[in-house]
Amino acid sequence: MQPKVATSVPIGDEVKATTCYMCACRCGIKVHLKDGTVKYIEGNRDHPVNRGVLCGKGAAGIMQHNSPARLTSPLLRVGPRGSGEFREITWEEALKTASQWLGEVRDRDPRKMAFFTGRDQSQSLTGFWAIQYGTPNYAAHGGFCSVNMAAAGLYTFGGAFWEFGDPDWEHTRYFMMFGVAEDHASNPIKIGIGKLKNRGAKFVAVNPVRTGYTAIADEWVGIKPGTDGLFVGALIHELLKAQKIDIDYQVRYTNAPWLVIRNEGGSDDGLFARDDQGNPLAYDKTKKQFVNAMSVDITPALSGEFNLPSGRKAVPALQLLIERFASEEYAPEAVAEETGVPARDIKRIAAELAHAAFEEEVVLDIPWTDWAGRKHDKMIGRPVSMHAMRGISAHSNGFHTCRLIHILQILLGSIDCPGGFRYKSPYPKQTPPWLKPFGKPGQVAPREPLGGPHLGFPTGPDDLLVDEEDQPQRIDKAFSWDAPLAAHGMMHMVIANAANGDPYPIDLLFLYMANMGWNSSMNVPDTLEHLTARDPKSGEYKIPKIIYSDAYYSETVPYADLILPDTTYLERWDCISLLDRPISEADGPADSIRQPVVEPDRDVRPFQEVLIELGAQLGLPGFVNYDGSAKYPGGYPDYMVNHERKPGLGPLAGWRGENGETFGKGKPNPNQLDKYIENDCFWFHELEPSQKYFKHANKDYLDFAVSMGFRQSPTPVIFQLYLETLQKFRLAADGHGTAVPPEQHRERIRTYFDPLPFWYPPLEGEMLKGEDYPLYAITQRPMHMYHSWGSQNAWLRQITAQNRLYMSRARAAELGIRDDDWVWISSHTGRVRAQVMTMEGVNPDTVWTWNAIGKRKGAWMLKNDAPESTRGFLLNHLINELLPERGGGYRYSNSDPVTGQAAWYDLRIKIEKVSGKDTQETWPMFEPIGTPLNTDLPDVLRFGAQFKDTDANADTRK
Amino acid sequence: MHPAYSVILFTTASGAGYGLLALGSLLALLGVIQPERWLGFALFGIAFALITLGLLSSTFHLGRPERAWRAFSQWRTSWLSREGIIAAFTYAPAGLFAFGWVIFGNISPPWNLAGWITCICAIVTVWCTGMIYASLKTIPNWHHPLIAPLYLLLAIASGSVLLNMVLHLFRQPAEIAGYIAIVSLTAGCLVKLLYWRSIDGAPGTHTAEQATGLGTIGKVRPLEPPHAQPNYVMREMGFAVARKHAVRLRLLAVLFGFTLPIATTVLVLTLNASVGLSILGSVTAFTSMAIGMVIERWLFFAEARHVVTLYYGAQTV
Amino acid sequence: MTMLPEKTDKKLGLVIDLDICVGCHACVTSCKEWNTSGYSAPLTDFNPYGADPHGTWLNRVHTYEAGEGHDGRTVHFPRSCLHCEEPACVTVCPTGASYKREEDGIVLVNPDTCIGCKLCSWACPYGAREYDYAEGVMKKCTLCVDRIYNETIPKEDRIPACVRACPTSARHFGDLGDPKSDVSKLVAKREGYDLMPEMGYKPVNKYLPPRPARDGRATTDTPTRPNAQQGKEPSSGTTSTADKFFAWADTVLSR
Repeated sequence: MQPKVATSVPIGDEVKATTCYMCACRCGIKVHLKDGTVKYIEGNRDHPVNRGVLCGKGAAGIMQHNSPARLTSPLLRVGPRGSGEFREITWEEALKTASQWLGEVRDRDPRKMAFFTGRDQSQSLTGFWAIQYGTPNYAAHGGFCSVNMAAAGLYTFGGAFWEFGDPDWEHTRYFMMFGVAEDHASNPIKIGIGKLKNRGAKFVAVNPVRTGYTAIADEWVGIKPGTDGLFVGALIHELLKAQKIDIDYQVRYTNAPWLVIRNEGGSDDGLFARDDQGNPLAYDKTKKQFVNAMSVDITPALSGEFNLPSGRKAVPALQLLIERFASEEYAPEAVAEETGVPARDIKRIAAELAHAAFEEEVVLDIPWTDWAGRKHDKMIGRPVSMHAMRGISAHSNGFHTCRLIHILQILLGSIDCPGGFRYKSPYPKQTPPWLKPFGKPGQVAPREPLGGPHLGFPTGPDDLLVDEEDQPQRIDKAFSWDAPLAAHGMMHMVIANAANGDPYPIDLLFLYMANMGWNSSMNVPDTLEHLTARDPKSGEYKIPKIIYSDAYYSETVPYADLILPDTTYLERWDCISLLDRPISEADGPADSIRQPVVEPDRDVRPFQEVLIELGAQLGLPGFVNYDGSAKYPGGYPDYMVNHERKPGLGPLAGWRGENGETFGKGKPNPNQLDKYIENDCFWFHELEPSQKYFKHANKDYLDFAVSMGFRQSPTPVIFQLYLETLQKFRLAADGHGTAVPPEQHRERIRTYFDPLPFWYPPLEGEMLKGEDYPLYAITQRPMHMYHSWGSQNAWLRQITAQNRLYMSRARAAELGIRDDDWVWISSHTGRVRAQVMTMEGVNPDTVWTWNAIGKRKGAWMLKNDAPESTRGFLLNHLINELLPERGGGYRYSNSDPVTGQAAWYDLRIKIEKVSGKDTQETWPMFEPIGTPLNTDLPDVLRFGAQFKDTDANADTRK
Repeated sequence: MHPAYSVILFTTASGAGYGLLALGSLLALLGVIQPERWLGFALFGIAFALITLGLLSSTFHLGRPERAWRAFSQWRTSWLSREGIIAAFTYAPAGLFAFGWVIFGNISPPWNLAGWITCICAIVTVWCTGMIYASLKTIPNWHHPLIAPLYLLLAIASGSVLLNMVLHLFRQPAEIAGYIAIVSLTAGCLVKLLYWRSIDGAPGTHTAEQATGLGTIGKVRPLEPPHAQPNYVMREMGFAVARKHAVRLRLLAVLFGFTLPIATTVLVLTLNASVGLSILGSVTAFTSMAIGMVIERWLFFAEARHVVTLYYGAQTV
Repeated sequence: MTMLPEKTDKKLGLVIDLDICVGCHACVTSCKEWNTSGYSAPLTDFNPYGADPHGTWLNRVHTYEAGEGHDGRTVHFPRSCLHCEEPACVTVCPTGASYKREEDGIVLVNPDTCIGCKLCSWACPYGAREYDYAEGVMKKCTLCVDRIYNETIPKEDRIPACVRACPTSARHFGDLGDPKSDVSKLVAKREGYDLMPEMGYKPVNKYLPPRPARDGRATTDTPTRPNAQQGKEPSSGTTSTADKFFAWADTVLSR
């Protein structure tokens, strides 16, 4: 007799939909509750992002929600910074203290308050708050994450990878992924790769390390870190040689025919020739005259030199691009050694790209109308798609490398066509983007809001945030001559700059959800010194006050003075807004909310609620009514529904209008959140078939985008093969114009602000040339922990509790190193002791490790003997936030010279085996930090047992 | 395999106990031993103590010892169940036989029937114990034709050494027990050596390539374990003893388990020594053998490699 | 009970596609999450915040490298109970707590009768059985028997939690006894294989092998470089790549 098994036990007694926050992917989840306790979390099948699936982090959300490292009440520091000695205070006291500190600075000089957020998914609120406060010093973590990717994409073609667009997983025939890309869009990419592999499409991974997605690629290109641009340049070279370029596409959608002035030494050299209205000029071969390059029926010349009416000479932009990449500098044979990719492989991959693009055309029988009103009866696509993320972005040559990848896509004609890359609303945006950064001298005043957003896209030196002495206006030096196009700010520089008073000291540092005291900072030992450095005269901390909000006891908490404890993601309202970082799909715009699934059982409050409350207490415009009363007495949900950025345009696009009858633009709907909850906490609008491709030039789509407030006008997006913005900086470096860089910056601007993309070796390696740091060192996060605060998670840390230094088996053998040996890893900044694991699938000049596994003793409520603390290590200690000194003694930040993107992956190191047998611990080993939490750590965790008794009686089939 | 002390104690103690039970009963039934009451008390007392100790110890190995009775149900397929049933059943005839012997001093019919059954049951129980291990295809060192015979031989050997000692203690004629001990120890030693030779010579037939099915690509090596710390499977089955330790331990097992007991037993038999020396000799033989058997059994587990280790880095098993 | 059924009505099992498993551990944690409050509740964890965190998991993902250097492969390898047709883990069980279900072939442990002797885990070549030290009983993959027939959840969700979660669709669930089922067809098409067939356990779960690399080394018919456009090269004097390109581009545009 077989026992009878209860097979129909209900999961719980209640299901609530919400949005995952275990990483940046923001999947739809359904949370099953039993007796008010979270029992089970699963993916929402109807959700546009994850379509039901859930990743390793998402399914471990319960352990994050129940983490013993959760903060339990507001804290005020009583011991010295770093000691972890705090006093529990009430929210009343916490808010009073915070608003007093914040108000005092705002009354005096709002610049002295720097507000930086980490994995913030409410940047449209935090940014808005910072505008109302009036400080120019606001950014989220994009600057140390992927600004190269965003900036290069937005300047070049009005989109980028990830949130900005996806490969056309349904139709692509050839997919190339560059660098580590497991970081963002976790589930969509996995879903997509699975699909395309099963369709027989080819997947090529260009990555020094063969793990993760790369492991399942049909072809692995084990390139040397930071040389992807050179590799892509060689692909372009080969395609040009074979004339495998979609020329029609260049004429239709790019600035290929725009004429570039050639006037060496002149103030207009390298700028586009324009007519009186400012329209770019092209030369029409049929009409034999200069014409507005934007006009419809022209036959523009793509080569040749033309004499402009002004007497200047000019050449089409494409010619300049072609000349660069046709040169032997980018020939496969010339790049093979530098990239580590054999010339024959480069040639073959170029051939395969050409074959997929031009011989395997995808034709969809969907009529559409282009921006000029011309009707097309089919959508014809070049089924080649690409993706890249941090692996490309986090190099000091990342901006140009990203641009090269996009230009390769454009030359193949594969942007927003069937089988190619597809934009996700609200993208594409204009090129270059029209948003300018605010924070110039005169734009900042006590008790005054900033006139516009902090982060934007300069189109020339005049847009920089520098004063008359060319001094940076922002604490992180974003939008200064150091990093002119720092579109996401430079959070990785804030602490060092603030402590050094360079460009100026600040009074109050306000951080949210960023582990700047540990794995989110370069050079942790110095960062901790900066956080605790005191002014020798006053004895005060150099950064006098630090307010920090986080949900967990991270390494950063003990360095702050006032802690505002946040909730877990299941205890809060949130708003994933199209004004912020969208979750749209290529098939249509989408946004979503989080709703509280359970009430917090601790004295904690969602940070957004606190921010709105502080806004009201400070009387910030936008947060108070004319009579000074709080504008959003209902807190964040009130704001989500009733805040309007422009009339009719609010944080949420769905169910707008008084009765929820419209979407996009419309009056606030008092029942909007109910509608979202009814629809599983998301809104998705599927585009008409005729709107789904060629969005950059598709009339129906562009009109829709205007109606939604995504765009100002239905003009097409012109892809910028040649980026005039950069040339303007170059001209400034040559002394032209009113805003001219100081002498010390000129050479650098001249070199890196090339309007055509190019490859140059990553800066750290170049500056260390001749010194003995032969290996590249890079990191990635394990997929089950990416962006997930994973080490406190009882389930996830069982999977990875220690990281090792992975290196090529052959290279290790040469150094006499075997598996499990301990080694010293040394860079120009410091050294770290780590344990080695050898492998086959890694570029022989490269070592790598899982990042952010190493934890400081005392943090995250791990016991002091946890493997994360005793054997786990960070490479951060080896990465300096400043580059080695250059002529003149100036040290630039370790960043991309164009965007200021933190160059995490430029690290060069050497390795030697640790002598002495008994080493079993990592180094450096920091002092354990104390903890203000009284949580009892269980020795045995029996999650699930509590539901068992009630379940046993619940089988509905009994 | 993880050498759990509860299982080592179980197999060695109950082996000796059943060996003693079987031999003591047999020799009595054959008239070689006189059914002297105190001797019977001692024989059965020791045998029952060892068997019970072993069985109790084996229940310490259980996660739910209170449910141990359930193990009597699956005799049709499970050697462990069979062993449990027969082991438990043996108490009945053995008890009866002991009752006759100790209380009435009588082992003649009908008591002798209980004696014969006891004898058979004890042997079958030990065979079943051997078969628990020998039936596991997953552990090539155990899935070996010599395992069940070895278990039986070693049970008889340890039983006979024990019997020899008890007879000496009771100043009973012990020659036959001594001869049996020498013969069974020698046989056990030879079979054990043969077995070691056999497993040492057997190339691992299972490979990581087969286990994963990835051999067509090439040599298979683990890159990342599924979890950072060892899991149950590795704690239980991933135990490995270093080769040089194993060699040393094998020598000790042979020395204590076989050589010394044989030598002392031979000496006791041939030197016609005084009572005291004979007792000393037989006690030494037993003590040495007990140490040797524990080492042998520890090695039995420690040297056994489970095919599951192929998933965790072992190249061949 | 530990007598195996003569035959089972169905052979429910998993098909795991090693070609597209990226090793994300979604199946691992979703399995843990479901089962720690399901049929096998709880799946205990030990020392969860200390030096030796470990616990009971019914599905784990290994990462292997096969082959050498560039020609090798990195393969993510999920491993759980294969619900064998001849499972010795069942027949060795002394209590009958382990059994193979007649209706669907699922191998289960009855947590109410298991005595925790661990012999079944010794008998399993695949490491599929995990002892819960705290509960004192053996735990194993149930193929989510409390999901796949669960009438309280939507029909499309009546699949094992791991299959439900897998982002790349590397896991498939179905009746491998029915040659017409999707899973059987998939196995036939992709030459799915058994793990350690020599053990004779006849696993029901099948593994689909990684597809061969397509890096131009195996085949000779991939082009070695892009073919230049035919017949469009201008006749006179221009030799550089750029010049040739523009000559070509202009002919294209004048069409």
